[in-house]
Amino acid sequence: MKILVCISNVPDTTSKINFTADQSAFDTTGVQFVINPNDEFGLTRAMWMKEKQGATVHVATVGGPGVEPTMRKALAIGADEAIRIDAEPTDGLFVARQLAEVVKNGSYELVIAGRESIDYNGGMVPGMLAAMLDMNFVNTCIGLEIEGTSAKAVREIDGGKETIETSLPLVIGGQKGLVEESDLRIPNMRGIMMARQKKLNVVPPVDMGAGTKDVSFEKPPAKGPVKLVDPSQVGQLVELLHKEAKVL
Amino acid sequence: MSVLIYTESENGAFRKNAWEVASYGAQLAKAMGTEAVALAINVTDPSALASYGVARVLQVNDPRMDTFNARAAATYLEKAVAETGARVVVVGSSADAKFAAPILAGNLKAGYAPNVVALPESTSPLVVRRTVFSNKGFAHTELSGNTAIIGVSSNAFGTVEAQGDARAEAFAPEVSDAAFGTRSVSVDKATDKIAIADADIVVSGGRGLKGPENWNLIEELAGVLGAATACSKPVSDMGWRPHSEHVGQTGKPVASNLYIAIGISGAIQHLAGVNASKVKVVINNDPEAPFFKAADYGIVGDAFEVVPELIEKLKEFKAQNA
Ligand SMILES: Cc1cc2nc3c(=O)[nH]c(=O)nc-3n(C[C@H](O)[C@H](O)[C@H](O)COP(=O)(O)OP(=O)(O)OC[C@H]3O[C@@H](n4cnc5c(N)ncnc54)[C@H](O)[C@@H]3O)c2cc1C
Ligand SMILES: Nc1ncnc2c1ncn2[C@@H]1O[C@H](COP(=O)(O)O)[C@@H](O)[C@H]1O
Repeated sequence: MKILVCISNVPDTTSKINFTADQSAFDTTGVQFVINPNDEFGLTRAMWMKEKQGATVHVATVGGPGVEPTMRKALAIGADEAIRIDAEPTDGLFVARQLAEVVKNGSYELVIAGRESIDYNGGMVPGMLAAMLDMNFVNTCIGLEIEGTSAKAVREIDGGKETIETSLPLVIGGQKGLVEESDLRIPNMRGIMMARQKKLNVVPPVDMGAGTKDVSFEKPPAKGPVKLVDPSQVGQLVELLHKEAKVL
Repeated sequence: MSVLIYTESENGAFRKNAWEVASYGAQLAKAMGTEAVALAINVTDPSALASYGVARVLQVNDPRMDTFNARAAATYLEKAVAETGARVVVVGSSADAKFAAPILAGNLKAGYAPNVVALPESTSPLVVRRTVFSNKGFAHTELSGNTAIIGVSSNAFGTVEAQGDARAEAFAPEVSDAAFGTRSVSVDKATDKIAIADADIVVSGGRGLKGPENWNLIEELAGVLGAATACSKPVSDMGWRPHSEHVGQTGKPVASNLYIAIGISGAIQHLAGVNASKVKVVINNDPEAPFFKAADYGIVGDAFEVVPELIEKLKEFKAQNA
């Protein structure tokens, strides 16, 4: 089985978010970039399939040279090869189209992406990719077992979960649950050394327009101070929620 | 030309989010000087959409859709776009909507803007305001192309009553079995519990509650309020509560009217996921807990004393206002 794990390169979850002075872009000054958390779960699930089922695992990212440290980290965790599509990821359609090309050319049967990137929160790429490739798709996936060409997946739904049967070729929009937090792989010294020898292929993008463009950004307005209620006056909180906030 | 609205349903009836999505679509259609058309799949009686300004309803009846199938829903939407010449498709923010919308976008090669919080600032070009960076920012996003998809953030727009005909017509385009591709084997859903995504009020517990044996406090408070229960990430990682209750940047997003955080410190990743809630209340015994900076109301106190008291006061309030 050939697996492609799609990795987006996102600001670390503790990052303060600022925009450039003209409000036209995200200000990356001082920001640490990491593997998108949803993709980390997918990558670890793929490692399990590599070890237990003999799968080959490649990772792909659409991005400039600046994303390579994140890709090296994925290689250090255990991916066999990496592919960087050399273009700025302008929007979901553009990124999906680039990844579709990689999937077609590499004959991948299983594509593991994340439910959403934690930066632009698009949640678009995996579904668009599945549509472009005419593949089956399971989103918000929290469990995945592959046997031969059959797949059993569990997806999170509002208020519970659903078990789904489907078949390869398949695209997954994964998240925590694909593996547990405690099972996440952290690159060790040996992995990091080995990653240096692994292939990181750079390919040019294919032609594709974007469907959306972020023209400007702004931060949410500053919040007023909290209204404190004395612990001996809990009834006041009920009053405030009823009369002032009007939520009861 | 028209605005196409995807109204979600369950067991023959509309889901709660249908009213907000329909309101948004109808108001947008009005701003664009066009007609609001809803697609309703397996809804017995779609006439209620008239009160939200929907002019026409394409009524699909397909037993294969009794359990949701995203790819097939996207196919129905695509056919409905062709039927109505829709310039914009409006969808909600449920797990199902966020499953189907990108498939539709991929099929149509259409731009898709999720987490949209208001009517477009401009309709030509189409520009919407949406949350990005897990509620730490807003983007003004321009949608190009012949068709655009707008995903409306839950609870951000609300419902708007308006007059419409909701003229229902049977819609039965050919959708082959191949469009299904995935088969639902089982659905595991607590029927007696409110889903976080549908809840007006969410009561959430953190590590400050010390252990799973104390969750009766959270459940009882949620019970009195008719609220959904949620928890911080470590609580679900330690197995005190199921993963489905984990909220935050890497868990479920919360955009309720009222979010009550008990024994939760307010780490940046937690706040990022719950900040879209309109009113936030924190109960924490540490006045320095970061959550106090993000909350609207707070009590500095011991959850084990404050919460039982709050439950009593709410019961009294409910009794008086019943
Ligand atoms: C990549 C990444 C992603 C993450 N994603 C998420 C996420 O999506 N969601 C999330 O929640 N976290 C997330 N986290 C974890 C986050 O950083 C915090 O560790 C977590 O939110 C803390 O949970 P907590 O508030 O329950 O626990 P703590 O931080 O331990 O806080 C417990 C609080 O309870 C209070 N307390 C103690 N006793 C009492 C009492 N008797 N009465 C009242 N209050 C009391 C304490 O004062 C304290 O403030 C993520 C972390 C990382 C690194
Ligand atoms: N630039 C990118 N390169 C590779 N994969 C990506 C990229 N952007 C998004 N993805 C994948 O698509 C998922 C959802 O991202 P998004 O649609 O941006 O929210 C991510 O978790 C990744 O798996």
